[in-house]
Amino acid sequence: MYLQMAWRNIWRNPRRTIVIMTAVIIGVWAMIFLGALMRGISDQMVRNGIMTLTGHVQVHHAGFRKDPVIENSIDKPEVVEAALSKILPRDARWTTRVRVDAIASNARHSGGVTLVGIDPEQEAGISFIRQAITEGTYLKAGDKYGIIVGEALADKFDTKLGRKLVLMSQDTNGDIASRAFRITGIFKAEMETTEKQFVFVTITAARKMLKLGNQISEVSILLADYKNADRVADDLRGVLPSVSYDVQTWQELLPFVTAVLKMYDWFIYLWFLVIFIAMGFGIVNTILMAVFERIREFGLLKALGMKPWWIVKEILTESFFLLILGMVAGNALGFLSVFALADTGIDLSALSEGMEFAGMSRVIYPVIAIKDIVAANLVVLILGLLVSAYPAIKAARFTPVKAMAHT
Amino acid sequence: MNIVECRDVIKIYRQGKVEVHALRSINLSIQKGGFVALAGPSGSGKTTLLNIIGGLDYANSGSITLDGNIINKMSQSELANLRLHNIGFVFQAYNLIPVLSALENVEFVMLLQGVPSAERRERATAILDDVGLKDAYSRRPAELSGGQQQRVAVARAIVSNPLIVLADEPTANLDSKTGEGLMEMMREMNEKKNVTFIFSTHDQMVMDYARRLVHIRDGLVADDQNQG
Repeated sequence: MYLQMAWRNIWRNPRRTIVIMTAVIIGVWAMIFLGALMRGISDQMVRNGIMTLTGHVQVHHAGFRKDPVIENSIDKPEVVEAALSKILPRDARWTTRVRVDAIASNARHSGGVTLVGIDPEQEAGISFIRQAITEGTYLKAGDKYGIIVGEALADKFDTKLGRKLVLMSQDTNGDIASRAFRITGIFKAEMETTEKQFVFVTITAARKMLKLGNQISEVSILLADYKNADRVADDLRGVLPSVSYDVQTWQELLPFVTAVLKMYDWFIYLWFLVIFIAMGFGIVNTILMAVFERIREFGLLKALGMKPWWIVKEILTESFFLLILGMVAGNALGFLSVFALADTGIDLSALSEGMEFAGMSRVIYPVIAIKDIVAANLVVLILGLLVSAYPAIKAARFTPVKAMAHT
Repeated sequence: MNIVECRDVIKIYRQGKVEVHALRSINLSIQKGGFVALAGPSGSGKTTLLNIIGGLDYANSGSITLDGNIINKMSQSELANLRLHNIGFVFQAYNLIPVLSALENVEFVMLLQGVPSAERRERATAILDDVGLKDAYSRRPAELSGGQQQRVAVARAIVSNPLIVLADEPTANLDSKTGEGLMEMMREMNEKKNVTFIFSTHDQMVMDYARRLVHIRDGLVADDQNQG
């Protein structure tokens, strides 16, 4: 009967109930939907970071990270390859790259770029580049002169498909190596900076230009599950001596992204709290109003012998129903909004320059994280009941005589 | 056997800086099975006395004994228990819980007492039949007339066989015919079930129904007469 009483009580003033429920619904929706957007942003930051030539684990020459010069190349890639074939799970993929700083120039412009020599076939399954070609074709194995550049770079250099681009860098002898390539493909990346920074040639072409023999700059590994990155990296460290090799996970390779991810966790929970504070005042106010309207009734209940704690329980039950109803609807609305935007996302290209600075994408796809949903609902339910305790205790403290004399 | 004993009961209210002597020194004994009216004009102290006997309010001094238990020394929680198990209340108005039906209102006290649901239902329907509300089980207070509401309140007050039923001006909001019907019914319950009734009133008709009439004036017992 307590539950029935609570349920009927919340519908005594349907308009007020609907108003407070709407506040809860909007609050929960905002928590879930905006939380999912923030998760989407951070997920995409990680994905962009990983797909932009990072992978889940990388192996370099021990000195490469500090000083990414050609001298710090891996001399014996076969040692690394042997270690990989021993340690990597079967569903992992990997590729080797040559990566050096270079100067690109044509008749109109010149500027610094990162020259990336790739194995076209292996690279296709690992980084973004294979899918990012918008004009021309992807590189073919053994292509000696083909180069792929980003759209933004092509614009900057006022060049296009089929034109020449000259790359200059230091070779293994310390001399300036220079080679002319022909643009065979143009790619579009999530971020404009990526388009401006990277140019891709085949690993054979890069080695030839830089007189590298069979040396490589890095091995990039993509695992089926990114959560295994630490374990795989540890295993590799066990086999590859740290004097010669440097094995790092994506968290170590992308320290900014890792820091932002942690910050986002806090942002999301802070966001939940801020929404709740706004909503909490509404809850307290409504329940206080409902309590003051029913003072005589609480007086009667106490006169009949109802203990103060039962009155607290009764009001908290009413509040529980309000919160649960609001939460169910808020969750439903939140999920619907997320699913509605699952394919199209939210296009923020108008703000893309500012966004890219932080490594964000042009289009945000909301992502639902179970832990956020649980946290949002717990915040609303637990804090909602806590703030309802104030009017509940107030109601329980009226003496029957005073309460029944109330007009 | 006395069920209620009041000795030198004094109650002083403070209203700002003014002291109001609601009860100056009340001495009163009420026997089991009594049907007693506390009569007097408004402000005479009859409701205050009823509240103190019912454990709804504390006296400043004096002693109040209910069935041998001194109640003016009890804590709030002990008083709540006392009210729940030993006292039935009928108030002038706002007697019923608006969201519960007549039957549920009667069951409610038994629910607080922990009576099993089947027994609750059985006793509540029986008592509603007794007070003539056979057809009104499922009606909510708003769907009942004033007289019917008071009957439900009486049914609720006596359903768990309390030591006494305290009724504060139970007919004040009723027309005279309905009020008379209610008094008739209360007296019938008093005779049939031997429940002690104490009620406050300033209505002559109600006083006429009482077997004992105690006049309270200015916080004192002014007159006490048996009417047979």
